[in-house]
Amino acid sequence: MQKKMLSLFMLVALILIAACGNGDGSDNGSSENSNENTSEAAETTSGDVAIDGSSTVFPIMEAVSEEFQSSHEDIRVTVGVSGSGGGFEKFINGETDISNASRSIKEEEKSALEENGIDFTEIEIALDGLSVVVNEENDWVDELTIEQLKQIWSESSDVTTWSDVNEEWPDEEIEFFSPGTDSGTYDYFSEVVLGENQIKRDAALSEDDNVLVNGVTGDQNGIAYFGYAYYLENKEDLNVVPIVNGDGEAVEPSQVTIQSGEYEPLSRPMYIYVANESVQNDAVYDFLTYTLDNAGTLAEEVGYVGFTEDHYQEAQGKIDSLR
Amino acid sequence: MSSIDKQLIQRKMGKRTFQNKLLKAIFFMCIIFSILVLGALIIRVVSQGITHLDWNFLTSFASRFPEEAGFKAAVVGSLWLMVIVAPVSVFLGVGTAIYLEEYAKDNRFTRFIQMNISNLAGVPSVVFGLLGLTFFVRLMEMGRSIMAGGLTLSLLILPIIVVAAQEAIRSVPNDQYEASFAMGASKWQTIRRIVLPSAIPGILTGSILALSRAIGETAPLLMIGALTFIAYLPENVWDGFTVMPIQIFNWTGRPQEEFHFVAASGIMILLFLLIIMNSVAIYIRNKFSKRY
Repeated sequence: MQKKMLSLFMLVALILIAACGNGDGSDNGSSENSNENTSEAAETTSGDVAIDGSSTVFPIMEAVSEEFQSSHEDIRVTVGVSGSGGGFEKFINGETDISNASRSIKEEEKSALEENGIDFTEIEIALDGLSVVVNEENDWVDELTIEQLKQIWSESSDVTTWSDVNEEWPDEEIEFFSPGTDSGTYDYFSEVVLGENQIKRDAALSEDDNVLVNGVTGDQNGIAYFGYAYYLENKEDLNVVPIVNGDGEAVEPSQVTIQSGEYEPLSRPMYIYVANESVQNDAVYDFLTYTLDNAGTLAEEVGYVGFTEDHYQEAQGKIDSLR
Repeated sequence: MSSIDKQLIQRKMGKRTFQNKLLKAIFFMCIIFSILVLGALIIRVVSQGITHLDWNFLTSFASRFPEEAGFKAAVVGSLWLMVIVAPVSVFLGVGTAIYLEEYAKDNRFTRFIQMNISNLAGVPSVVFGLLGLTFFVRLMEMGRSIMAGGLTLSLLILPIIVVAAQEAIRSVPNDQYEASFAMGASKWQTIRRIVLPSAIPGILTGSILALSRAIGETAPLLMIGALTFIAYLPENVWDGFTVMPIQIFNWTGRPQEEFHFVAASGIMILLFLLIIMNSVAIYIRNKFSKRY
């Protein structure tokens, strides 16, 4: 028994040492060392910027951080991928400065933030157009309305073949490929298209959008939806379906139609949520300013669509007013 | 007088050799199947990854451009993690095993603990991630640091090490204990001079295999908030970190195909490290097991 007590004691001791060490090791320590005698002393701030959240927004923030980091070596930017919900959880706990999300914040997350006394600012950082795609050899689907999409994808409807949607289309069973239920893409699609209905039960769900791409390219009767970037990358092997918007026009997703808002309702904004208190920190402020200056171009480099210049300036104004 | 009926044997012989050959064929197919799958996997990974694998890949950070994306932060992060995981898990694991095998009385409580250790080995790694998040990250306020990640992974592989070490200790022949006690050695002397030296090959092999598992884990680390993009190297155990499997996972999910090749290069590095670790395990086993 003594031996056991000893090893228990050692575990506790180890953990205690670990816990104590943190106090002087991490966050606050890094800001005072370095760069006192650099030539442009005015410009160099240092510190940490902690970002976490959606995997959909990650490529944009990775691109921004990468560029930012190369010109601001004293600021350490880190980006994690915990998903929109996981990101908010850390944000609510005060562990991150910026939370990425592919959906807007939920009511319960808002009230949890309020409870913890964290004020935040929502910024739309870029746009994504959910692209509905079919197989390359599918030449019959030339456009779809949201109502038709709903029929096709709802479990409760009796559409199983293409001819059920339109009599001129072949009498062959449709194969469904959808992002997994954890993803923001699924959430958005089910909110806009499915409403109260359940998604087709025989749909193949995958958290990896590349699996969906492979599914549709390999199946003549396949249909799928995913982020614009995945369509852009596989343009040659897929047919994108123009979606009829509110004005009754069938519109294909493209840089132009997504940015102008013609491609709706399947365009959705990507958000970042900033803790107002963190904005007081120069490192975070510098990073945000840099982000808003460059997000448009960088987002397009990684397959998303940027907003117009005005939008980012307006957001910059919001940030500035917090200081 | 002979009780052996030669004719009967002759008649049955054909069937028996056939049975023999059939089973041999079945078992042979089993091994061929696994080798083929492994071979296909390796060929695919190497053919995709070799083009991207160069010195730059190892010395640069992650990037939005596949050509520039590097593995540096992930490799260094994984090594840092091992700095925590290896001593903590081996010390705690072997300590537990020694206690359970040498000191603990065989009562209900011990059996209960024993059963729980075996059960823990089967708990999904995400659960350990949750444990790490609540306990190390939040309660102990370690933040999303190497220390928190390392301790979480230590807990994850602890049961494997305990079971392996117990097995190794149990296989030390009883004669040797008795001889040692007969010479007047105390319990601790016996453990240190007799038991551990002869159990060490088994303990080390088990430990290194467990560490190999730790180096390939993603889920618990994502859970505790390990990072994905990080453009500096951790300076101490309180810094944030990323590890190889997280980077690989992130790259395979990207829309751009070139990133999948980058991921394949990452897999090659990870496999290479795993092979090295396993070779060390085999080397140690062979070196020490010749002593008895």
